[in-house]
Amino acid sequence: MELTASIRKELLLQWRTRAQFLAVLVFGATALLLFSFAIGPDASSLRLYSAGFLWLALLLSSTLTLAESFQSEMENRAFEGLLLLPADPRGLYYGKAIANWIQLTVLGLALVPVMVVLYDAGTLRLPALIGIILLGSAGISAPGTLYAAMAAQARAKQMLLPLLLFPLIVPVLLASVKACSLIILGDPMGQGSSWMMLLVAFDAIYWSLCGLLFERVVED
Amino acid sequence: MEATNPIGNHRTNALPHVMVGLGVACLAVGSYLGLFVAPPETFMGNVQRIMYVHVPTAWNAMLAMTFAFACALIYLFTASWKWDARLEASIEVGVLLAFMLCMQGSIWAKPTWGVWWDWDPRLTTTAVLLFAFLGVMALRKFVDDPVKRAVWSSVATIIAYVDVPIVYFSVKWWNSLHQTQSSPATVSKSFYLPLRLNAFGILFLMTGFIMLRARLASLRLADELTPPPVQESLPVAGELA
Repeated sequence: MELTASIRKELLLQWRTRAQFLAVLVFGATALLLFSFAIGPDASSLRLYSAGFLWLALLLSSTLTLAESFQSEMENRAFEGLLLLPADPRGLYYGKAIANWIQLTVLGLALVPVMVVLYDAGTLRLPALIGIILLGSAGISAPGTLYAAMAAQARAKQMLLPLLLFPLIVPVLLASVKACSLIILGDPMGQGSSWMMLLVAFDAIYWSLCGLLFERVVED
Repeated sequence: MEATNPIGNHRTNALPHVMVGLGVACLAVGSYLGLFVAPPETFMGNVQRIMYVHVPTAWNAMLAMTFAFACALIYLFTASWKWDARLEASIEVGVLLAFMLCMQGSIWAKPTWGVWWDWDPRLTTTAVLLFAFLGVMALRKFVDDPVKRAVWSSVATIIAYVDVPIVYFSVKWWNSLHQTQSSPATVSKSFYLPLRLNAFGILFLMTGFIMLRARLASLRLADELTPPPVQESLPVAGELA
């Protein structure tokens, strides 16, 4: 009940600030465009690295959306009001984390056509691709939401979130890039599922651990 | 002053200095043996002698990070300032050792593999760990409230430490497509003594540093937590003239 109310609130907030989401999407697409200049116009190597570029673009964009999810709560001290509610702070955390997860998944899916057009990296295995984007976004969202809660209340907030988040999600980045590459370039050895399992394990660990620790982060 | 101090007494005992002294002595003897007495290794020659500092650094870096993880857990359960000071100290010493480890690894890799960096799981995990703990250090710098700083850095330390095995296994899988892991070479008897001495040397040095740094951290904390003394009728600049 608390959780559904919390998710509904976050999604409503995201819907009302949808112009911001579009701006983040444009940022991600611009990043994809820029990455290709680092490699040069060679079509085959662009296709080879396309999955890596997609996930780097999503990762860079994620710091913007994650930071925003708590930044808006800091205005008019709205967050203190939320904490005064007779509700479990874990509901608040999971509401925000799930809303961020949904937003990152939509962002990732929206960046796929850009990747296909720019890098000629099309695939017909869409369910598997969607599955990886879901699992990878979940891996970014769980620790990202927790760190965003800290960063929003600290000095140098823009710097702190990526500094804490990026080293942590190296396994997510590795597994997502590898699994996406296998989908785009072909997977003769059937390795894709083991990378998906790694993502599932990371998600299971951090969705439970961060939920446990969030209460300590926001307590006064 | 001692009575209002919320973090207890500051022992000014000589133990940390003894530890540092012992550590320097062990390292001096161990390094002398490693550099001049132990025979060169058959395949790698003199390059291999970096092992006498590299392997002990690796052991102790892991030890310092694990101690930081333990401090973070204990702080979250007890909320004792003593453990916050120890957390700050062990994170800093751990970062220093992990940085030294990466440097030594690169110095060894260049003549051996021909490259400064190799995406070996251990080397990569150390680098990720170094950056993760640097992030925690930055977090401590950017949060002014001592309670929030202590809780948040404990939380961030736990999250970063749990990541270590996941990073290790993911890099291992990722890299296994390019090269096979070399099996750990069995260490000959004549290499034992300098390796052992240096391991204890760095252990003593690290313990001494953590104790000294924890003392510094708790003194700073005491300063932060003590309310400023009430001063009566401070002279204003204009009145002095």
